Amino acid sequence: MNRSPYITDAPTVSIIMLKVLLALIPGIFAYVWIYGGGILVTISLATITALISEAALLKIRQRPIRPSLSDLSAVVTAWLLALALPPLAPWWLVVVGTLFAIVIAKQLYGGLGYNPFNPAMVGYAVLLISFPIIMTKWPAPLILAQTKLGFMDQLHFIFSNTLPANIKIDAVTSATPLDYLKTQLMLKHEVSSISQAPIFGVWGAKGGEFVTAAYLLGGLYLLQQRIISWHLPTAFLGTLAAMSLVFYAINPAHFTNPLFHLMSGASMLCAFFIITDPVSGPTTPRGKLYFAAGVAVLTYLIRVYGGYPDGVAFAVLLMNMCVPLIDTHTQPRVFGHTKN
Amino acid sequence: MNSIIQFASKLIRGRTEETADIHKFHGGVHPDGHKQLSTTSPIAKLAIPQKLVLPLRQHVGYIPKVKVQVGDHVLKGQMLAEAEGNVSAAIHAPTSGTVTAISEAVIPHPSGLPDMCITITPDGKDEWTTLQPIDWRNTDKQTLVTNLRSSGIVGLGGATFPTHIKVRADGKSQVHTLVINAAECEPYITCDDMLMRERAHEIVKGMEIVKYLLNAEKCIIGIEDNKPEAIATMTEASMALPGTSVKVVPTLYPSGDARRLIHLVSGIEIPHDKRSTDVGVQVFNVATVLAIYRYFTFGEPAIDRIVTITGSVNSPQNFEVLFGTPLQTLIDAAGGVQAGTNHYIMGGPMMGFDLPTIDVPITKAANCIIAATPDLFAPPPPAMPCIRCARCADACPVNLQPQELYWFSKSDNFEKARDYNLFDCIECGCCTYVCPSNIPLVQYYRYAKSEIISADKAKEAADLARERNEFRLARIEREKMERAQKHAERAASSKAENAKTETAKTEEVKVEATGAAEKPVVSTGTDDAKKAAIAAAIERAKALKAAAAQSGDTQNKPEPKAADTSKTIDKPAQTEDAQAKAEQAKKDKQALIAAAIERAKAQKLAAAQAGVAPKNVEDASPAVKAEISEIDAIREKAKQAVKAHDSDSEA
Repeated sequence: MNRSPYITDAPTVSIIMLKVLLALIPGIFAYVWIYGGGILVTISLATITALISEAALLKIRQRPIRPSLSDLSAVVTAWLLALALPPLAPWWLVVVGTLFAIVIAKQLYGGLGYNPFNPAMVGYAVLLISFPIIMTKWPAPLILAQTKLGFMDQLHFIFSNTLPANIKIDAVTSATPLDYLKTQLMLKHEVSSISQAPIFGVWGAKGGEFVTAAYLLGGLYLLQQRIISWHLPTAFLGTLAAMSLVFYAINPAHFTNPLFHLMSGASMLCAFFIITDPVSGPTTPRGKLYFAAGVAVLTYLIRVYGGYPDGVAFAVLLMNMCVPLIDTHTQPRVFGHTKN
Repeated sequence: MNSIIQFASKLIRGRTEETADIHKFHGGVHPDGHKQLSTTSPIAKLAIPQKLVLPLRQHVGYIPKVKVQVGDHVLKGQMLAEAEGNVSAAIHAPTSGTVTAISEAVIPHPSGLPDMCITITPDGKDEWTTLQPIDWRNTDKQTLVTNLRSSGIVGLGGATFPTHIKVRADGKSQVHTLVINAAECEPYITCDDMLMRERAHEIVKGMEIVKYLLNAEKCIIGIEDNKPEAIATMTEASMALPGTSVKVVPTLYPSGDARRLIHLVSGIEIPHDKRSTDVGVQVFNVATVLAIYRYFTFGEPAIDRIVTITGSVNSPQNFEVLFGTPLQTLIDAAGGVQAGTNHYIMGGPMMGFDLPTIDVPITKAANCIIAATPDLFAPPPPAMPCIRCARCADACPVNLQPQELYWFSKSDNFEKARDYNLFDCIECGCCTYVCPSNIPLVQYYRYAKSEIISADKAKEAADLARERNEFRLARIEREKMERAQKHAERAASSKAENAKTETAKTEEVKVEATGAAEKPVVSTGTDDAKKAAIAAAIERAKALKAAAAQSGDTQNKPEPKAADTSKTIDKPAQTEDAQAKAEQAKKDKQALIAAAIERAKAQKLAAAQAGVAPKNVEDASPAVKAEISEIDAIREKAKQAVKAHDSDSEA
């Protein structure tokens, strides 16, 4: 039998996923620095839930467990979901979101390679729709908080939802800039005055912008390692910037500048880690550009006109639906064929 | 849009701008070359082995016709089998000796199936037959091409396409550029590299001949930049041939693929449905042009080639090996194998295949043999699901979407696979090489291609059968009506003259039988063939009748018939039909049949005398033949019935 080629030279799926996890480390560091160590609990919780549920589902589906677990894709999903959740999310929220992502969005669709939707974003969207109040209640960055929660306090809060006796919940949480902006704009305030609020930083959210910058750093590492293609982040960030620039140019009193959009919310996480999920994304180079541009447009529209402060999850899921269509219509010209 | 993508892609990946001369193709991979293994020693001539086994099928095309018999003594260079048909190549004796067998033996083919081979036991004298060099400058091109047909030269790059086909003028296209494929992009293989280092001048002389044959204006030698020595020797040697340039192409697998190389060196992208000659380019491998040079200059036919023996052998090297040399002899010459060697790959690690056994001969296609241990080419880990990362698409030199093709092939969605240009896949293996999920993608494509091809063939056959059946049904219907009409007419007309016709008919038949005997002599071959077929059919009908009569039971009738007819798809219908016909004939045309048989006998005799073979029937399959004969027999009977009736009426 002809089994050529006899040689291969490719990073395995495990290596690819491992590098994605590595690329998230700077972001997690920044996160811990800004919001405290509670995120590490959330990540651990999500990871354990993901691995156990993936193993259980593989067993039920009578698939080999070890190779699928060691591809680390479940861990990537868990980390991305954990990083998208509010830092002090209660434990059950993390577990429910992860379970939904792994069991429903991934395994029930056939496991790795067969899920049409980004599992982390499915988990996130389900939580956002089901528990909107908890999902939008972000703790204030430690540098802003009047009362700082220690790691043990955070751990205690995650598992029991109770704070130390002398601290009130309002003292440790604050609205995110995207959220605050939305509500203030509804009250007919202007962007220039709104952005004077202490939660605004130099580019985006005070504190949060460092996390975002750290994601950018990790993303550049992934690009350099050729784990992700340049098409997706470039098109996403480019479109987001271009779109916000147009609106900003028309009415700077009502629309924020492009840099704010790039450095706020989940923009960078989305650009380098979420839309770059190969399974639920398009495969053609041109398709990747369209897909990422589509996510950017939807993200912007949801942020500015939608009911939720950030629109990344919904934008990604909506564009996931378009992937087969995009792929079909963006087939590159085959060597020796004329364009058709 | 695409240019923006390409530009940005270049920017990000830090690729240099392509030079004006070299036109890069999409994708490609950079496997480790491992070429230095076998380039430390010069090419050595391998001694004449104990026996030579020459498969008749060493090329693409028809199997050549054997011209020798077991026991014949043959001289070195003597033709053993001659090219038959257009696309075919001759086989020559690589040394002098005795033909000791013409039988089946295992050949170096992935299937491991045996094929016809000529075995020669060398006499050790290595005595040449009379060689006839050709003064090609002063010989008509047509004659040169005809000569080349009996040279046994085929493409030595591995494709083994008969060379004479590639140089003949087809009148449709004018070749302006001769591209010499010296890229040798597969890892491990160094036979072309060493050949260029050592015999550059002869190669250039060969190029001169090919250029002359093709009427080409210019000549481009494409060499990968990992062969600096060959580039130097070829650049120096090519000075002798005006209009020749050496183009150094980047080392990037598969730059040695003909269409990729043409694009690299000339920028011409051959349309997928055209040949390179349609755009004025013809490609030859360096070893092939050298063989052409040797054939015209010294009269030496194709009897040997350079083979790289590498991998887990003790001293990898290139050898000049006589065709038919057992692989073991070559391995021994390379110092034997290292411990753990468990398989041998013919060709390179990207596109080669595992030899079924070590007991195979070196053939014209054998550019490289890699001895391999399990460590050298570890079997791939189990395949994981495709994560649609599209690394394969990035690596595909044809710019296909391998992940889509995989998906369609895996789900047997062959039509979609074809739509996504599966048949443009060159099976270079780049996609498998880069797949992080270790999916044997190329295997899926080979599977899908073979399934599609066989489905196409089956469909073609089914269409033919359906058409034939529809035609047959229409004909039966028509004949039924005709018969009914005739019956009615005859019933009306014969009533009155019943007694008179009885005697007239007998006379008529006799006259016709003698008359018919003369007819076939003047008729065409096709008619003769038809008649012969008719005769056969009638003979069979007779046998059937006899059998039926013996059994005496009409229910059993189809059985002897079924046993008689050959294996055909619509056998039951055909048998029934034949039975019906036989019944019909038996009922109302006893006398006519007897007459027909008489006549057929006479015709058969005449056909035999004329000595014309029924050619058109010969080409058909047994099933078709049987049907043709049956149809014709029935038709003939009907004609006779009409004729008899007409004469009856007239009488």
